[in-house]
Amino acid sequence: MRNPQLTKNGELQHLLTIDGLPREILTAILDTAAPFTEVAEREVKKLPLLRGKSVFNLFFENSTRTRTTFEIAAKRLSADVINLNINTSSTSKGETLLDTVDNLSAMQADMFVVRHAASGAPFLIAQHLAAMGLEHIHVINAGDGRHAHPTQGLLDMYTIRHYKRNFNDLVVAIVGDVLHSRVARSQIHALTTLGVPEVRVIGPKTLLPSEVEKLGVRVFHDMREGLKDVDVVMMLRLQNERMKGALLPSPQEFFKSYGLTADKLQCAKPDAIVMHPGPMNRGVEIDSAVADGPHAVILPQVTFGIAVRMAVMSMLAGA
Amino acid sequence: MKIHIKNGRLIDPAGGIDAQKDVFIAAGRIVAVGSAPEGFAANRIIDATGLVVCPGLVDLSARLREPGFEYKATLESEMAAAAGGGVTSLACPPDTDPPLDEPGLVEMLKHRARHPGFAHVYPVGALTIGLAGARLTEMAELHEAGCIAFGQAHAPIVDTQVLQRALQYAATFNFPVWLQAQDPFLGKDGVAHDGEVATRLGLPGIPASAETIAIATILQLARDTGVRIHLTRISSAASLEMIIAARLSGIAATCDVSINHLHLSDADIAYFNPHAHLVPPLRAGSDREALRRGLAEGAINALCSDHTPVDDDAKQVPFGEAEPGATGLELLLPLTLKWAGEMQLPLGTALARITCDAARVLGIPAGTLAVGAAADVCLFDPHGSFEVTRESLKSQGKNTPYLGLTLPGRVRCTLIDGHVAFEGGR
Amino acid sequence: MQLPDAEGLCAALAERLRPGLHPDTALVGIHTGGVWVAERLHAALGLKTALGRLDVSFYRDDFSRSGLHPQLKSSDIPFEVEERPIVIVDDVLYTGRTIRAAMNEIFDYGRPARIDLAVLIDRGGRELPVCPRWTGEILQVEPGKNLQLERGEGNKLTLRLIDA
Repeated sequence: MRNPQLTKNGELQHLLTIDGLPREILTAILDTAAPFTEVAEREVKKLPLLRGKSVFNLFFENSTRTRTTFEIAAKRLSADVINLNINTSSTSKGETLLDTVDNLSAMQADMFVVRHAASGAPFLIAQHLAAMGLEHIHVINAGDGRHAHPTQGLLDMYTIRHYKRNFNDLVVAIVGDVLHSRVARSQIHALTTLGVPEVRVIGPKTLLPSEVEKLGVRVFHDMREGLKDVDVVMMLRLQNERMKGALLPSPQEFFKSYGLTADKLQCAKPDAIVMHPGPMNRGVEIDSAVADGPHAVILPQVTFGIAVRMAVMSMLAGA
Repeated sequence: MKIHIKNGRLIDPAGGIDAQKDVFIAAGRIVAVGSAPEGFAANRIIDATGLVVCPGLVDLSARLREPGFEYKATLESEMAAAAGGGVTSLACPPDTDPPLDEPGLVEMLKHRARHPGFAHVYPVGALTIGLAGARLTEMAELHEAGCIAFGQAHAPIVDTQVLQRALQYAATFNFPVWLQAQDPFLGKDGVAHDGEVATRLGLPGIPASAETIAIATILQLARDTGVRIHLTRISSAASLEMIIAARLSGIAATCDVSINHLHLSDADIAYFNPHAHLVPPLRAGSDREALRRGLAEGAINALCSDHTPVDDDAKQVPFGEAEPGATGLELLLPLTLKWAGEMQLPLGTALARITCDAARVLGIPAGTLAVGAAADVCLFDPHGSFEVTRESLKSQGKNTPYLGLTLPGRVRCTLIDGHVAFEGGR
Repeated sequence: MQLPDAEGLCAALAERLRPGLHPDTALVGIHTGGVWVAERLHAALGLKTALGRLDVSFYRDDFSRSGLHPQLKSSDIPFEVEERPIVIVDDVLYTGRTIRAAMNEIFDYGRPARIDLAVLIDRGGRELPVCPRWTGEILQVEPGKNLQLERGEGNKLTLRLIDA
């Protein structure tokens, strides 16, 4: 079965997940992103690549932050950007996901940026477009359920390469709620594909998915042990609704065991970098002293994120 | 109507027959096998050269979608699918709308299904009213109306005391109880087997223990109550081991498996294929292997289609939101043959699981071509093939993970009570 | 076809530029050949403003047809564009579309005082109203051929004619 995000020639048709993408494509995206970072320093922060194209931000789940970064990226490429927050409009009137897609396709959309609470929703859209003969419309997954958030994974890889140059001698730890995290899954696939020899996940058993080691990671439940000699610490956001109930007793106890403090960070290499996909829960998964400290590269991640999204949009539009 | 089926390879697992033998039918019954009874003058001769002549198939689970879900399927469309698939007797689960919890509903269904060329329909009545798991149904009345067993379809009884009483009450009248083992809490938001695939795809998982824990409870209560228990659609190796162990300790539990779990695993979800969203979920490859062996050895009593037609609208949504189930009546024979071929089983052994063995679980005198039995017969070409497409499926449900595949075996003719219910397939 | 010596042409082009230069003039080479020529000119003319480099891929008018080039380079304009005289430098001038893209890109950095164009070879075949102020040599190249500048051993520049 052909990977639905690749064309017959093996080029990127949609960006739906990092899982299964060849290393060459990941590297090409990172390489292409580099010249886009420079655009932000110009007088006119705009390139004409997507002039006349319509990018629809299809957010079935609210996320002002992610939507904004895609909006900036598309606008810097001179695209027309249309934002739709759909949880408040059509679906409550009984219109299905694919009805919405059909309607927007009829408005001459060129690209859909999709955020959805259900894992696999962007695949459904891509498969539907193919069935309707609308292959010229590209789909970018901006986060689906617990499944994938590929542009976040890629911008994290861009950040790591920016600070560490290479992937092939790194130890990287991903810490926190891996179970519910699409970001963690995209990070794991990207890191293993790019050749990072040791990827670790650290968290309590309630927040690690079953058989996660089969994705190519080492599992740690003790944070200090897991952080020993790592080059990169990737913290995950702990959603509010996970902090009570049966997954965790309290945010305080989570912070005590798995919150990143300057003290725990001492276990990592002296030049380790600390990353976070945002928005941060200070005092829950990360201490302010670390978030604002010299190891943190959290704000550069945001900046690189725009360049990476510009690169992905340009590569898809030119495919 | 007198029919002479000649030159076929007769396989009747119930009688241990696999030989070149003719079959003679009169007044809806088998009147002779081998040579014609004296004075037999056939109105019709069916040439079965190159075909296997076997008992009509007995399917332990086929949803006909009536009443309540006529937009998914109708009795007419699904009866055509059954005949086209060689199925002549089928049990239907109680999860209609409303559920089969009142004698009137069962009588209506039986009445609608009483039609020449339609398969024999054996409703499984609801064990509790509305399948809600709180109050018992009038089982004796329902039995009189035609229910052959009682069950809960996919709605587990949450309150174990209610379950215990339901089993006690059914045991009182020696009614069989068919249960789908599913812990009501473990994996209740899950949509796929809790393993590597679900982890990779970010799908909430259903652990195998959700099934084994429920099986432990059911088997314990079966021992206490003495009820005749049948476990439907088991999905894991561990479940099968528990059932085998229970039999050794004297609990006469039976069980079945679906054609989907016999051939597929969670890896077949691939890129969120909604047709692979099933209840119970497709499990690991090792589970599938254990089920295939268990069915071959007879530890699993029967194979069923678990036929569940679902409309396109309910499948054209993200995987987890898709309505579970797959169409199957027309795939029961091809997938049995595929399994038999892969396991190198004698055809007779394989066919037993969808004829006489299934009939034994149902408690009906079907699944045999013995003289005197109802003339429910399936003629199929073992070297033919069936290409699974939206067009080739007679069922209104086009939802199956096998869509696009070519499967072995082709039904050529189906007789129900001596009526030609289906003919063709060339 | 006898091709001229690229190094000699660079030296000659530099001498043609010299009288027209302003103290603030900045050279901007277009990747990849134009940058090599601009480096030669920059050194020969002893300009004090650092050399600019453009990769015009983001501004090309054939993006929707052929997509992004796989090996993108960053554009680098290490000076203030506002009110500055700028000379765009390229190796071979053909349709003029690259120069259009380069001018568009420069304007995204600011409003220059003026823009001039210096090319090593003008091979004709213009599709846009573009005319160089300084030219190394005018060459007639038949359509279907590509004239390419290459950098070999010891960074020596040579011209080569290849089939398109």
